[in-house]
Amino acid sequence: MSEKVLMKGNEALAEAAMLAGCRFFFGYPITPQTELAAYMSKHMPKREGVYLQAESEVAAINMVYGAAACGKRTMTSSSSPGISLKTEGISYLAGADLPAVIINVQRGGPGLGSIQPSQSDYWQATRAMGHGDFFLPVYAPSTVQEMADLAYAAFDVADTYRTPVVILADGMLGQMMEPVVMPAERALDDLPAKSWATDGTHGKRPHNVVNSLFLDADALNAKNRERFERYAQIERNEVRVEEYLVDDADIVVVAFGAAARIARSAINDARAKGIKVGLIRPITLWPYPKEAIAACNAQAFLVVEMNMGQMVEDVQLAVNGAAPVEFFGRAGGVIPRPDEVLAQIEALNERLGD
Amino acid sequence: MAEMECVFERPKSLLPVVTNYCPGCTHGIVERLVAECIDEFDREGETVGVVPVGCSVMAYDFFGCDMIEAAHGRAPAVATAVKRVFPDYLVFAYQGDGDLASIGMAETIHAATRGENITVIFINNAIYGMTGGQMAPTSLPHQVTQTSPYGRNPAYAGYPIRVCELLSSLDGVAYLERVTVDSPKNVRKAKKAIKRGFQNQVDKVGYSLIEVVSTCPTNWGMTPEESFAWMRENMLPYYPLGVYKDVQADGFANVAEAAAARAAACPMVSGYAEEA
Repeated sequence: MSEKVLMKGNEALAEAAMLAGCRFFFGYPITPQTELAAYMSKHMPKREGVYLQAESEVAAINMVYGAAACGKRTMTSSSSPGISLKTEGISYLAGADLPAVIINVQRGGPGLGSIQPSQSDYWQATRAMGHGDFFLPVYAPSTVQEMADLAYAAFDVADTYRTPVVILADGMLGQMMEPVVMPAERALDDLPAKSWATDGTHGKRPHNVVNSLFLDADALNAKNRERFERYAQIERNEVRVEEYLVDDADIVVVAFGAAARIARSAINDARAKGIKVGLIRPITLWPYPKEAIAACNAQAFLVVEMNMGQMVEDVQLAVNGAAPVEFFGRAGGVIPRPDEVLAQIEALNERLGD
Repeated sequence: MAEMECVFERPKSLLPVVTNYCPGCTHGIVERLVAECIDEFDREGETVGVVPVGCSVMAYDFFGCDMIEAAHGRAPAVATAVKRVFPDYLVFAYQGDGDLASIGMAETIHAATRGENITVIFINNAIYGMTGGQMAPTSLPHQVTQTSPYGRNPAYAGYPIRVCELLSSLDGVAYLERVTVDSPKNVRKAKKAIKRGFQNQVDKVGYSLIEVVSTCPTNWGMTPEESFAWMRENMLPYYPLGVYKDVQADGFANVAEAAAARAAACPMVSGYAEEA
């Protein structure tokens, strides 16, 4: 399937996951990720894969744990409240070093929140996907094409580093349709060997144990240190960021996902008005593109998010006091308008001129 | 001296390690029976076990087959996925009463109603052992535990769950039997029940659960002998031994046939049966 097709973002995530070799999907209904599970339920049987609607998000993530333990490419998807339920299982995946992909098509929160698009799970995705000392790679697509490309790539990253990986999308990206070119079906013969998998000893090796329990504190300390060495590798190798008109920019807008699309429109309008403004769009939210931000010679940064201001803290850490960092956001499922962002850029530009 | 025949030895599927179980605990007996069954099917290399959170949390170190340690209560969900990945393997979940009947009840019921071809070994000793003897979902009315120090008062703490009886209404369930291991005769019966649970996987009959009414001498504060006496006197009247469901004894090859017959008056079901 290499021709351009028109697809919803949620469907693109599902199709790309199957092309990446995912044959075990476990889900539970929730808006606005509905089309993803529906697509899986329709197409998994045609590919001799397993679609299983679990009794809860908790069960679904533990089914992912079981399929991942057996060495298979596996995925689950949900939206914000459902992701909260999955975080127990995600912590166990991290603790047992199991590769898996988790999709969050975010909606407004906290609590039951809204069903409109939001980015209010940034902190959860980058800091708190369950208890314990761990990180996990977080990808933030901003187009339907990136939904496909990043879901596809996520499985390789998960297998390479033996870690769960999160795709942090939102209801807007999930529901919108755009042309997309699907990647080729992934041949799975060059994957890292999964000698740790519980796929049966066949009487030829000692038993494998998939486990996150370490009753000996020193052993757990050593395990966590080994895992953080892997995280350091991920930070070295896997940072992804897009820069747009940054070189001469006095103002750098930092935005990810759907908010970055809106920011880009506002930046184009501002450039037309002669304002030197650019965009840094983190594609990986962890590992965070700290260096790209720190390398900017901007006089000011403007962080635009669909939340009350979460990523702004990572920008402040990267900028480290070198320039002011301002924030503009809409929360609860409200999508900021390009003219609102433009007004923020213009106001900031005027203050810089003073 | 003539060569002596070895008539009793450690099952091959049980590793030569020291367990963490207290003296008099029945986990050791039951795990041995599970291992004997795996040996008798000669399928250790194609068996995956899933263990719970609780006293048997470290049973992954005791069995020789591949093992997965699940989050508290989630063993049936994990075992479901393992069986979907490897439909021809033997897959078992080994769980205690808190794990299976409290925090993991949703996973238990839904794995059962889906008719997952797995075998669940359910240790019911009416107490949380690992954490020091708290009230369990199967603690008896008026049973004194660390968190029911005046006895479990049903007015406040509700009633125990009879798991076999509860699951017996579900169409996905192939076999339910409640056994105990307080005597050689009952150990043999328990072995037979567990073996039947595994045989059902081979024959793809449906979900099987073997409940073993057990003891906890440490947290009950009794000797092993006193514990068995207390169990016989108090637990067995509340949790009667016996077979609670057996679709094959009812004349069906598997749960699909039994469920279709039960719902024969439903056009959605009978229509599909005729098609098949």
